[in-house]
Amino acid sequence: MNKQEFLDNLKGALSGLTQSEIDGRLAFYAEMIDDKVEEGMSEEQAVTELGSAEDIASQIISEIPITRLIKERVKPKRRLSVWEFVLLFLGFPVWFPLLIAVFAIIFTVYVAVWSVILSLWAVFVSFIALALFGAVCGVLSIICSNSLKGISLIGLSIVSLGLSILMFFACLAATKGILLLTKKTAIYIKSSFIKKGDL
Amino acid sequence: MDVQLKRGLLDVCVLAAIKDEDSYGYKIIKDMKPYIELSESTLYTILKRLETANMLNVKTAEHSGRLRKYYHITDTGLKRIEDFKSEWQEIVSIYKFVTKEENQNEQAGVS
Repeated sequence: MNKQEFLDNLKGALSGLTQSEIDGRLAFYAEMIDDKVEEGMSEEQAVTELGSAEDIASQIISEIPITRLIKERVKPKRRLSVWEFVLLFLGFPVWFPLLIAVFAIIFTVYVAVWSVILSLWAVFVSFIALALFGAVCGVLSIICSNSLKGISLIGLSIVSLGLSILMFFACLAATKGILLLTKKTAIYIKSSFIKKGDL
Repeated sequence: MDVQLKRGLLDVCVLAAIKDEDSYGYKIIKDMKPYIELSESTLYTILKRLETANMLNVKTAEHSGRLRKYYHITDTGLKRIEDFKSEWQEIVSIYKFVTKEENQNEQAGVS
């Protein structure tokens, strides 16, 4: 990728930020590339060193505090007229519960996702409990002369132990996955916020 | 390193990088590299922040047929570095307090 392609990509990925913000960033990266080239790097090398435009854009977006984004976007272009104030006030019984409902839904989805994770861990714990209990009961059975039942119980507990080990890694991967997904979603919501207001 | 701590340190590092002579983006990153790594987008954010706080100002000058932005430290910026130095004394004494017990243990072990 050459300099121009990189800058075009970055510009596309940043669309939605204010124009002055985009121009500032682009000029900054252009200067970086020029300086790297002046030091003897090829354009390709210089661009590769900077990283992909998408990564840079998501880093930039994640660095801008969301309060500032909202302030910039939501700020009305003109003052609200008296009638709009009245409508806003009269409409309060309608839009306020809707707003609460939206947040409640988001919260519920999040809780539901985590309860799936929690139940996976619960399965893991129950496998371990089964392994322990099976072992204890198996040994007791052997002592109480019912050795056939005892051996099968111990076998069951070993199987359960094996499953619990597999389960542990599955749970860990699922938890990490959800955490990553949460972060990605947060960035996505942030960037969709930026894109909404402009143009 | 703790994010807040690093953020404060980076601000002062960037000021230190332009303290003796005006510098530009690429050179600042290069000069800081042996001490602390920072990405281009982070540097941009810091420079903006310092400019808003009036700790540096920006001049555009021509350099081999193109424009380059040079960053110049202001008196407020210089004062920030001095403040940092005295703050650092406080941090050192806090550090001593935090590690006091360990040192006592070590000394006890030696003697």
